[in-house]
Amino acid sequence: MIMNNVINGVPLNYYILLSACIFTIGVLGVLFRRNAIIIFMCVELMLNAVNLLLVAFSRYLSDSSGQVFVFFIMAVAAAEVAVGLAILTMIYRNTKSTDIDMLDKLKW
Amino acid sequence: MGKTIVDYVWLIPLFPLVGFLLTGLVNRAMSKSVAGLIACGAVGASFIISLLIFLDETHNHLSHSVVLFDWISSGSFHASFAFLVDPLSSLFLMIITGVGFLIHVYSVGYMHDDDGFRRFFSYLNLFIFFMLLLVLGDNYLIMFVGWEGVGLCSYLLIGFWFKNPSYNDAAKKAFIMNRIGDLGFLLGILLIFATFGTIRYDEVFHQASGFGSDNKIIIGITLLLFIGAMGKSAQIPLYTWLPDAMAGPTPVSALIHAATMVTAGIYMVARSNVLYSLAPFSMEVVAGIGLFTALFAATIGIFQNDIKKVLAYSTVSQLGYMFLGLGVGAYTGAVFHLATHAFFKALLFLGSGSVIHAMGGEQDIRKMGGLKKKLPITHATFLIGTIAISGLPPLAGFFSKDEILAHAFGHNKFFWILGIVGSLMTCFYMFRLYFLTFHGKFRGTHDQEHHLHESPRTMTIPLIALAALSIVGGFIGIPDVFMKDSHWLSHFLSPVLGLSFSGLSESVEMSLMLISVLLLLVVIYLTWTAYVKKGLLPAEDGAEIPAMQKVVYNKYYVDEIYALFITKPLDWVSHQSDRIIETRLIDGIVNGVGKMVNTVSNGLRYVQTGNIGFYLFAMVLSIVLMLFVKFF
Repeated sequence: MIMNNVINGVPLNYYILLSACIFTIGVLGVLFRRNAIIIFMCVELMLNAVNLLLVAFSRYLSDSSGQVFVFFIMAVAAAEVAVGLAILTMIYRNTKSTDIDMLDKLKW
Repeated sequence: MGKTIVDYVWLIPLFPLVGFLLTGLVNRAMSKSVAGLIACGAVGASFIISLLIFLDETHNHLSHSVVLFDWISSGSFHASFAFLVDPLSSLFLMIITGVGFLIHVYSVGYMHDDDGFRRFFSYLNLFIFFMLLLVLGDNYLIMFVGWEGVGLCSYLLIGFWFKNPSYNDAAKKAFIMNRIGDLGFLLGILLIFATFGTIRYDEVFHQASGFGSDNKIIIGITLLLFIGAMGKSAQIPLYTWLPDAMAGPTPVSALIHAATMVTAGIYMVARSNVLYSLAPFSMEVVAGIGLFTALFAATIGIFQNDIKKVLAYSTVSQLGYMFLGLGVGAYTGAVFHLATHAFFKALLFLGSGSVIHAMGGEQDIRKMGGLKKKLPITHATFLIGTIAISGLPPLAGFFSKDEILAHAFGHNKFFWILGIVGSLMTCFYMFRLYFLTFHGKFRGTHDQEHHLHESPRTMTIPLIALAALSIVGGFIGIPDVFMKDSHWLSHFLSPVLGLSFSGLSESVEMSLMLISVLLLLVVIYLTWTAYVKKGLLPAEDGAEIPAMQKVVYNKYYVDEIYALFITKPLDWVSHQSDRIIETRLIDGIVNGVGKMVNTVSNGLRYVQTGNIGFYLFAMVLSIVLMLFVKFF
């Protein structure tokens, strides 16, 4: 009951701001980091930020479709990570490095 | 009303069409004799049905339209595919199928050694088909279809030996000059439709009688139609194609450029006589151009040395006479002269073909001479043709030409004088041709002399038939001065052409005839003296001849004038179009599009840097931009 009050007492804006900050950190990580694994982690950060936002809205609007969408996003994220890590492993085996700047052969 | 023979008139053009398809398409296995048989048989069958219809017409004098199907129906414009059987068209049917049949038979012999035998007969049949369409149509549109079709066949047949480039040029020249005339014709038809709302003869003529005399629109229509006739019937200024058309095989010259196609213009004017009678101004134009052409061409014919060229200019000249006849109101006279001219001109052309055949291809009369012993039938029939064209009684040419001249005298005495001058020139150059070819000593090479032989029967029998027609053909139109009410042709054609009277008294007409016959006999005597007694010969190529003669011998340099003032500017225009419009403008645009794609893609390809960080940045940037655009 106390927890309920606490949760109900947190304004929606806080959640939006938090989600935005996490998302922005994820975007900046994707743009500035050179290590492929870090970039994947940042992508996960972005996805999770969106998840947080969806759940928050779902709770505050009492509409459970947001939480259902979160399930989908998590499933997709998992699949994407599986494929992405597989590709990364192959890249490492071929170039002995995870630096994305090494992958520049497909150009004009 | 039961079915009469007239309802089967559609068979007449059908037979040559089928003949064309069979000889033209079934190519490989067909032997020459089968092809010849099919072609001649087709025209022969058409002739039989034409004869039956003609005999029917002589009894009935009906004017009957046989509708085949509704052809065009668009808005207010209706045209049905229908054939008109009346005295005028039935007469023309007889001429076309009759003379056509004789020429087909002749061609079997003449073209015997030619590889293109089958192709020749398919083209001939196609020509007969279109010509029949021309005269049978019951509206101006079908006439135009036939008009264009015979122009096409003329092109195909003139350029028959297509491996020779100068023959191809002659064919193109004929077709293009015809087309220039056709433009006038088409404008005339459009004006008819705009004025009367219909193009059927009976409806147009019925409405036209409501117009006053010398109405500007009627003058316009008649002059435009006459431009078409100028092109098709080789009048000044569109005549230069006809002498060049002698490049085709001689049966072609006989059929198309003597007996039938060139007469299409006269048929058209005769058919439209209601319109022309309403526009005396146009009739003056027709008569004037016809007379001028008759004289002009006759002067050129006097100096020509190629047997076919003399006959070609003679044809142009005689067509001028026919137009003179139409112009002075002698519609029946002109049609009469057309019929007799078909007989003797076809005869003369086929005879010349026989001579050329015997001479192994030589056409220069300076290299001939004394052929009458070796080619007796050709000689006799050619002589008959020459007498007929000169207009000596009782052969056919006398009656028809005299009728035209009598009407001319009644219209304008000066026309008559000029007409007589032209007729004397005709007599002169025809007898010059005859004497130089058949009399005197042989002037050719030894080989040619050995090769001389009379032509086979397939060639001589049509000559004899045409000679017989040239002798008796005049008797269908004996004028009233000789026997009362004996001008059978005039009565036969009167429902269509009306009765025309020269307005001369009997004594005047008799004296005119007498004067003309006497003058002709004088000319013949003078010609005989010059070319037989004294043995004069035309000058050789390159010899010195007086300046005036040189001008006439070179056909007044008309071809050169046309080349300088018409062909050259058009060539210049087409060169400019090619250089500027085609090469710079159009090619520029088309190539430019390609070059533009190239340039743009050359610039854009630098986007693919291969740098993954850059790609990620681009993705983020685009998403931000999209959100921006969506919410602001």
